[in-house]
Amino acid sequence: MINMWEQIRMNRRRSVVLVVLLAIVLMALGYAIAEGVQPGAGPVGVLIATVVWLVMSLVAYFQGDNILLAVSGAKEIEKKDHPRLFNIVEEMTIASGLPKMPRVFIIDDMALNAFAAGRRPDRAVVAVTAGLLGKLNRDQLQGVVAHEMSHIVNRDVLLMTMVGVTIGSIVLISNLFLRGLWFGGRGAHSRRYRSSRGGGNAGGIMIVIAIVLAILAPIVAQFVYLAISRRREYLADASAAILTRYPEGLAGALQLIGGDPTPMARATKATAPMYISNPFEKPGVRALNLTSTHPPIQQRINILRGMAGAVSFHAYDDAVKKVRDKKAGVVPHSALEADQALPIRPPNAEDAPDPRMRMREAGDLVRQMNQFAFIACPCGIKIKIPPDYARPVAICPRCRRKHPIATAKVK
Amino acid sequence: MIPLYILLGAVVIFLFWLAGTYNSLVGLRNQVKNAWAQIDVQLKRRHDLIPNLIETVRGYMTHERDTLENVTKARNVAAQASGAGVAAQSQAETVLSQALGRLLVTVEAYPDLKANQNFLALQEELTSTENKIGFARQFYNDQAMQFNNRIQMFPSNFVANSFNFKLAEFFEVEDAAERAVPKVSFS
Repeated sequence: MINMWEQIRMNRRRSVVLVVLLAIVLMALGYAIAEGVQPGAGPVGVLIATVVWLVMSLVAYFQGDNILLAVSGAKEIEKKDHPRLFNIVEEMTIASGLPKMPRVFIIDDMALNAFAAGRRPDRAVVAVTAGLLGKLNRDQLQGVVAHEMSHIVNRDVLLMTMVGVTIGSIVLISNLFLRGLWFGGRGAHSRRYRSSRGGGNAGGIMIVIAIVLAILAPIVAQFVYLAISRRREYLADASAAILTRYPEGLAGALQLIGGDPTPMARATKATAPMYISNPFEKPGVRALNLTSTHPPIQQRINILRGMAGAVSFHAYDDAVKKVRDKKAGVVPHSALEADQALPIRPPNAEDAPDPRMRMREAGDLVRQMNQFAFIACPCGIKIKIPPDYARPVAICPRCRRKHPIATAKVK
Repeated sequence: MIPLYILLGAVVIFLFWLAGTYNSLVGLRNQVKNAWAQIDVQLKRRHDLIPNLIETVRGYMTHERDTLENVTKARNVAAQASGAGVAAQSQAETVLSQALGRLLVTVEAYPDLKANQNFLALQEELTSTENKIGFARQFYNDQAMQFNNRIQMFPSNFVANSFNFKLAEFFEVEDAAERAVPKVSFS
């Protein structure tokens, strides 16, 4: 895309400002708490807050991807394991101008979801559930992959990680402080105030400020985090529509994802924002906007389908304003400036394999990843044996032939 | 003395601007070349896939010899055209795309071919390569436009002309069928 790198540079500036602001809030909190507990100890509080923040940042920065991959149960694949997915990721790499293709992972879960991680575009990771591979056709899968890779290109991952860490530090320190207050009891503090010389009043006010900050800061920080997260999701949707030049692909995918009731086996509240769809959103239940990491799926679908004629950031922004019935759009200025309209392409011809074979392939993939053994029976069917099967013989369900397990080939 | 300093200052500033503009032009030109290399890789890949496709399909589509021949011929022409410049190549590749398209349409009538595993894998590769060509083309055209803008716009056009920067050609895929609009006469 023209000027995509300039776009990213502008985003980076704004994001740095945001993280710095949040860091200032964190320092202020540390200062206030320290002053409240012991007047004059303000700077120590700032120091402690900084240390906490640094440690969390370093861990997230250097190991964040690996942690996320391990927690979600994703396994890396090569081209021969699933050529279609690999090809799609390659296509999106070319379309977005990324310098290197991300590593591709598959999550052995039949739920429908995907995520992307990677603090730098040349060290990126894309993960997709096996369920997604089974249910979506090629255009829809392309839309999902494009959405995830847009997160990488827009450096969303880095932003959300740093913001998340800063807010995490704020929450951590506030919780520790409030809990300490609760358990320490007023007695200990009064003794400290009575024995301290001067600064008694200052200590009292500071502690009130500290308590107020400690209660408010995490709440406000969470709302800020969620608002940023939702905005970035819109931007990723817009970027995906532009990259693929086919908004219906992503729209169709979101519809299937939103309508599927299968819960994800391994999602937690911490990892929820990384996925393409909120793993905890129940279909049909309209989640309260302010507390969700993702905009409501139906809204995202309507916006994408509302882009008529040409794909561009302007088209997306107009659709957003129409669907949400608000005057403000969600696309940042930097993206609107460097914008150009592209025609929508026709859909890809309906692909082989047909949907049933696709599901079967996906199921086999999951079993393969979980150490199932496969035996090809001469009558034509493939017997799938779970890893904990204890008997020495497997009986074919169709022709009743007996297969000794020693011949089982673990693919 | 002062006018001399001002003059010197102006000259220095001018030299900096000159160097900066020249460098950015060179950078853009390299980006264009890089983007073209991307397309080239995908085009060559398509050339390599086609003989395999013809072989797989030939056994099933015994009555479609013409279609197959067209594809092979177009493929050879396109393979020859590589290195002949953007315009020549884009034309040859358009012809090849059309021939391939016709072939894949006729495949629809052969269900046992559509169930063949080899063919399915090949079709996936072809679809993916076509997509990659499309995306790489988009990217290349964007880079070319950026480069051309810089060459033609004021004031960098002076630098561009002095150092002989040439305009980049766009990789157009013309749809010859669209051009041949049938004429309806009401006379």
